[in-house]
Amino acid sequence: MGSGLRAALDRGLLQIEEDLLRMREMIDRALSKSLKSLVDRDTALAHEVIDEDKSINNLRYKIEEACLALIATQQPTASDLRMIMAIMSVVADLERMGDYAAGISKTVLRMGDEPLLKPLIDIPKMVDLARTMLRGSIQALLDHDVPRAREIASRDDEMDHLYQAIFDELVEIMARKPESVHRATYLLWCAHNLERIGDRVTNIAERVVFVSTGDFKDLNIKEEGIGGLN
Amino acid sequence: MQRMKETKAELKIKVKDLNFYYGPIKALNEISIDIQTCEITALIGPSGCGKSTFLRCLNRMNDTIPGVLVEGEILLDGEDIYRNGMDLALLRQRVGMVFQKPNPFPKSIFDNVAYGPRILGAGNKHEIEELVEESLKNVALWDEVKDSLNKDAFELSLGEQQRLCLARVLAVYPEVILMDEPCSALDPIATLKIEVLMQDLKKNYTIVIVTHNMQQAARVSDRTGLFWLGELVEFGQTDQIFTRPREERTEDYVTGRLG
Ligand SMILES: Nc1ncnc2c1ncn2[C@@H]1O[C@H](COP(=O)(O)OP(=O)(O)OP(=O)(O)O)[C@@H](O)[C@H]1O
Ligand SMILES: [Mg+2]
Repeated sequence: MGSGLRAALDRGLLQIEEDLLRMREMIDRALSKSLKSLVDRDTALAHEVIDEDKSINNLRYKIEEACLALIATQQPTASDLRMIMAIMSVVADLERMGDYAAGISKTVLRMGDEPLLKPLIDIPKMVDLARTMLRGSIQALLDHDVPRAREIASRDDEMDHLYQAIFDELVEIMARKPESVHRATYLLWCAHNLERIGDRVTNIAERVVFVSTGDFKDLNIKEEGIGGLN
Repeated sequence: MQRMKETKAELKIKVKDLNFYYGPIKALNEISIDIQTCEITALIGPSGCGKSTFLRCLNRMNDTIPGVLVEGEILLDGEDIYRNGMDLALLRQRVGMVFQKPNPFPKSIFDNVAYGPRILGAGNKHEIEELVEESLKNVALWDEVKDSLNKDAFELSLGEQQRLCLARVLAVYPEVILMDEPCSALDPIATLKIEVLMQDLKKNYTIVIVTHNMQQAARVSDRTGLFWLGELVEFGQTDQIFTRPREERTEDYVTGRLG
């Protein structure tokens, strides 16, 4: 690494990786703030999350442009090329995660003054899990850590179970109390946004495998060793 | 995992366990490689690793160097080119070569291309004229020179001279064209013209090119082989070599970590 021949390429890659970390931090913060805006019914904070989503989008384009420039000027090959291609796809996933966080805050704005249907129990758990998965997947990408990526991807099952539990509970409430449909739907939207984040993390984990091995593997298809679910 | 479709392969040259010695120095070590018909095979690797030596084995150009020894087999369409009684003139007509520096003869453009056919006793004046025109058209030089065929070849630009040398090879109807860094003396536009030409020629010819320009190998070739200290480290489909090399030395070489 860092040999004179590749100085420009290494510099460019390093800058891109730093921006990627910055993007991860922004989304992590957006997720925690969107939950807080929901818990506290804080519309000012919800507006903030929605506003800041624009910076996340801009950072995505900045990273994509930097990747393009590196490809055009440095002609990366092999693992360098795979890393750059992976990052271009990962920033698209990250950007969508930002949209999901903003989606939760938009729901908060729509709820207006209506009180929460029920105390929040599983949604904060989903946010916690989403943030853990987000941080872990990007770390695995930067470390080229395939076992870590597989482990992170396997946690998508937990996310799915949490979502299923919330879904069942809310549907049951709606059936019992039709007048609650509105308020139940708000919570369902929030949970749905979080469930989607799990899928995006799985995409990122697949890219980690690709960077290290050159193989495109679908980690959603359960493989040996993943969560013991064969 | 192999995703790219394998090009339909038909063997043109089979090299088996080739060793090559310059006196006591072993320059090639156990090279085995299959070169497919109507494909472009690129050979890359650091300076002095034996690429040119290998290329020259394919039409026995090394035979002229005193003290060399060749072991192993090179089969052209199944025939061992190192067998006793092999017709070397015919071999070099079938397996032509273009060199690093354009090397036209100090003759007219016309005579450069007509030289080979005349030596081989091909046809009358009219037939030779036709052959010259066809060869110059094949290298996309005809339109530029058709009104000045008697001009001295050295009046052409370097890129044009290189295409003339290629026309000279084509005029004797080769089957295989060996190219040893054919673009290293050329500017980028002249280089791209040769590359476009190669894509055209590979429909009818088998091409083996040695190049120091990895991007050129990536752009033009179907398969790429990496030579290293006289050995063939890895040989595979070009997209695989440049996106998912199997060998660490290939990875290091194509990413510029070594070399
Ligand atoms: N005529 C010769 N007599 C003795 N040794 C030679 C001769 N030609 C080449 N060699 C040696 O054989 C080895 C391989 O040389 P070769 O020219 O085949 O390498 P190459 O890969 O084509 O290098 P380059 O990229 O610099 O053209 C080198 O160590 C070189 O010094
Ligand atoms: Mg050479």
